[in-house]
Amino acid sequence: MTTRFFGARVQRVEDGALVTGAGRFTDDIKLKETLSAAFVRSPFAHARIVSIDASAAKEMPGVHLVLTAADLPAAWRDKRLPLDVPAPAIRHPLTQFPLAADEVCFCGEAVAVVVADNRALAEDAAEQVMVEYDPLPAVVDCRTALAPDGPLAQTSVADNLAAKWVNEYGDIERAFAGAAHVIAEDYFQHRGTGCPLEPRAVLAQYDRAGDSLTVWSATQAPHGIKRAIVDMFDIADTQVRVIAPDVGGGFGPKLLTYPEEIVIPHCARLIGRPVKWIEDRREHMMSTAQERDQLWSVRMALDADGRILGLRGTLLHDTGAFLPWGIIMPYISATTFPGPYVVPAYRLDTSVVFTNKISTSPMRGAGRPQAVFAVERLLDRAAQVLGLDRAEIRRRNLIPAEAMPYKVGLIYRDGQPLTYDSGDYPQCQQMALDTADWAGFEARRAKARAEGRHLGIGLANYVEGTGLGPFEGATARLLPSGRILLRTGAASQGQGHRTVLAQIAADAFGVAVDEVDVEVGDTASVSVGVGAFASRLMVNAGSAVDTSSQTLALKLRQIAAAVLDAELDDIELSGGVARVMGTQGGQISFREIAKMSSGRPGFSLPRGIEPGLEATSFFAPPQAAYSNGSHVAEVEVDPETGLVKVTRYVVAHDCGRVINPLLVDGQIQGGVAHGIGNAIMERMRYDEAGNPQTTSLADYLLPDAGNVPNVEIVHMESPSPLNPLGVKGAGEGGTIPAAAAIASAIEDALSPFGVKILDAPMLPETIAMLVKNAQAQKDAR
Amino acid sequence: MSAVSIRVTVNGTPFEREVEPRTHLADFLRHDLGLTGTHLGCEHGVCGACSVLVDGRAVRGCLMLAVQADGAEVTTVEGLAQVEQLNPLQEAFREFHALQCGFCTPGMLTTLMQLLEEHPEPSEEMLREELSGNLCRCTGYAGIIRAAMKAAPLLKAQRENAA
Repeated sequence: MTTRFFGARVQRVEDGALVTGAGRFTDDIKLKETLSAAFVRSPFAHARIVSIDASAAKEMPGVHLVLTAADLPAAWRDKRLPLDVPAPAIRHPLTQFPLAADEVCFCGEAVAVVVADNRALAEDAAEQVMVEYDPLPAVVDCRTALAPDGPLAQTSVADNLAAKWVNEYGDIERAFAGAAHVIAEDYFQHRGTGCPLEPRAVLAQYDRAGDSLTVWSATQAPHGIKRAIVDMFDIADTQVRVIAPDVGGGFGPKLLTYPEEIVIPHCARLIGRPVKWIEDRREHMMSTAQERDQLWSVRMALDADGRILGLRGTLLHDTGAFLPWGIIMPYISATTFPGPYVVPAYRLDTSVVFTNKISTSPMRGAGRPQAVFAVERLLDRAAQVLGLDRAEIRRRNLIPAEAMPYKVGLIYRDGQPLTYDSGDYPQCQQMALDTADWAGFEARRAKARAEGRHLGIGLANYVEGTGLGPFEGATARLLPSGRILLRTGAASQGQGHRTVLAQIAADAFGVAVDEVDVEVGDTASVSVGVGAFASRLMVNAGSAVDTSSQTLALKLRQIAAAVLDAELDDIELSGGVARVMGTQGGQISFREIAKMSSGRPGFSLPRGIEPGLEATSFFAPPQAAYSNGSHVAEVEVDPETGLVKVTRYVVAHDCGRVINPLLVDGQIQGGVAHGIGNAIMERMRYDEAGNPQTTSLADYLLPDAGNVPNVEIVHMESPSPLNPLGVKGAGEGGTIPAAAAIASAIEDALSPFGVKILDAPMLPETIAMLVKNAQAQKDAR
Repeated sequence: MSAVSIRVTVNGTPFEREVEPRTHLADFLRHDLGLTGTHLGCEHGVCGACSVLVDGRAVRGCLMLAVQADGAEVTTVEGLAQVEQLNPLQEAFREFHALQCGFCTPGMLTTLMQLLEEHPEPSEEMLREELSGNLCRCTGYAGIIRAAMKAAPLLKAQRENAA
């Protein structure tokens, strides 16, 4: 195989449409006679629904339908949305109802839907749906959720403990008994929202003649929605098609199946006309899953030289009102904590609790940023205590390259022993330090101090399980035009999968990238698919595309060998033809092969070749492939205002073989931006009654062009032995250690004041207060 | 509410339409004229995704009523490319991977078109300051800034050639 495109900075095939306004997002799809829906949502974090009066709304002009839970099919009376990932540790497997019937458990939970001629009329009518609530006490902070005699977040269960389990290995008691130093701290990470620029969106069309539904959704997992619809409506798979058209960003929250994705198709079925619902930003902040509320109370045991002997503690995870994705995210947190370090003994007790806030589910990083924050903060503190450089203490603890593949001792979420497949973590850290000129920082700091400015530098390392199975499939087909068509179960929200998958196929067939058409995000395209999460598509879909393309390419060569009367080994594919290598040989175009093979009378396929110019393959990885990286952040902090500016950011990154550096760099840069938001800007505030306070982008701050420096990126490539391409995932590594690296840098900048950073996000008012308190303490002494 | 008649020129084509007074410009462009390239990200004037040019100036399509555009010339992302040919800024966006999901892109492009016309030799710092009203969740902005820097002199040359 020649590799003309694999590894090249190929520009994206997606961009032509997107820069000219010709993209096709869900709200851009115009079907005749489409009606618009609006939802009535709970204004209380926790309440009993006493009564609903929709009579006034039903009488309003342009209104076609108003539904409450009582109007839904009888079969849905006790039917919650499917919980896709059950686990034995779950005590109360609660997911949302399509519409809340008796009790609302978070502010923003849908209780009724209105369908009208247009969105404005639907929203007008939704305001006229009168719901009488009897407010109940709300659980707002996960840290008090387990308090005895405290309120219940869900009245249907006896306590707020949704799940509980232990991850452990080694002799933890001995590790701590023999320790020269024990570091103990509590860390809290607050939640934020994924905030893709395109909110959620659903359009459903019902075909009465075929009794079938077509649903367009701004989703990361069209196959997941299809399964949920099949399950909820109890209809055949063939009656549902779900399409994710262009999707304006995902970042995790668009992975779930939401109530709207069940209710809108139901409305379309009832009315017999297409129904569309477009989430507004306020709804997004109130009813789309969020992430990161976790409290870590942890201890690290070290020997006299600063080598880790053991890690132990508790993890308290806020799942919000429901468990839409089970315990995947806290489980990832609990198994990410040891990170890239040699940790001989480990015990983490995890409790997952219900609160009366929107559910949490995986968001870029998916539980890892919190775990990395915890272990990296502990190491920084240990370095302080032992008087070691922060890079040096990490150097002493990083897993050496010769220990690869490295068994951590834990079982990962794929059920396999957690085994890092490849990488050179010490070398990666060194690359980051060299690029950032870590050694030269003290001179920069001193110069800035002379000008009255406070600079700080921070470092954080991470390992990330990527490319999770169970599988993804791909079909490669030669079209009659001679073009190649790829179909995969993948769904894309801007990552550029079509380009990268086309690169892989283009190399197999010896054609240009733009000779390959790629279909993603349509359940009609491939019978089963899993979705875009856990940075998994390059490993899974990429490998499936590679195998199916290679299989079909071989078939083209076999046909060409028979037609041209040549040896198979002499046939090469190049520029859309199969030809005999050397100057004298003949050739046959792909288009001609397609014509011949489409069943031309008088032409027989060569012996042993099955009809059909198509190959399908599925790739099921034996286990996760582990990407890793080291981030160095440099910040300037104003101790008076608490304002932090990230002045420099370096990422040394290893995601195995890089198929398209342009796109991988883009993933890293974007991931770091998200991490900067998590570190110093994004805070989803709730009042003491559980009412969300930051429901506009004026209140909830996203990083803008002034907050994010150009990230300096250096690559290592340690191929994964676990897939034919040697690739690992790259979509989340930019975010995972960012808050940890920035926290380290802020603390370093404020070292003259003796401030400890234990939480994220670190907003200006928090930092200013910490500095003030630290000074007051100093003055008191 | 009774509809109001407006005349507006969009991407060089004159339109006369009846609109409800409460319809904002972005919804009018998207749903009445079918120009779905203009995207709505927040509908409260912060994210900048719906930015379009009204008489040459970038405005938020969600904060301006369609009736206020009566008599105006509007340019949307659909009006930026010449026939079959991307303009230099669009080309640069592709070259520098200045877009991922593409949802904020139309607003970025329209905003930059005005900005780069007023500041043909921008500094990176100025661009970052001026673009702070356009949010992107995917790219981390580096590609957008690089693309704008590359396109600035090319757009200037194009304007001079046209003049």
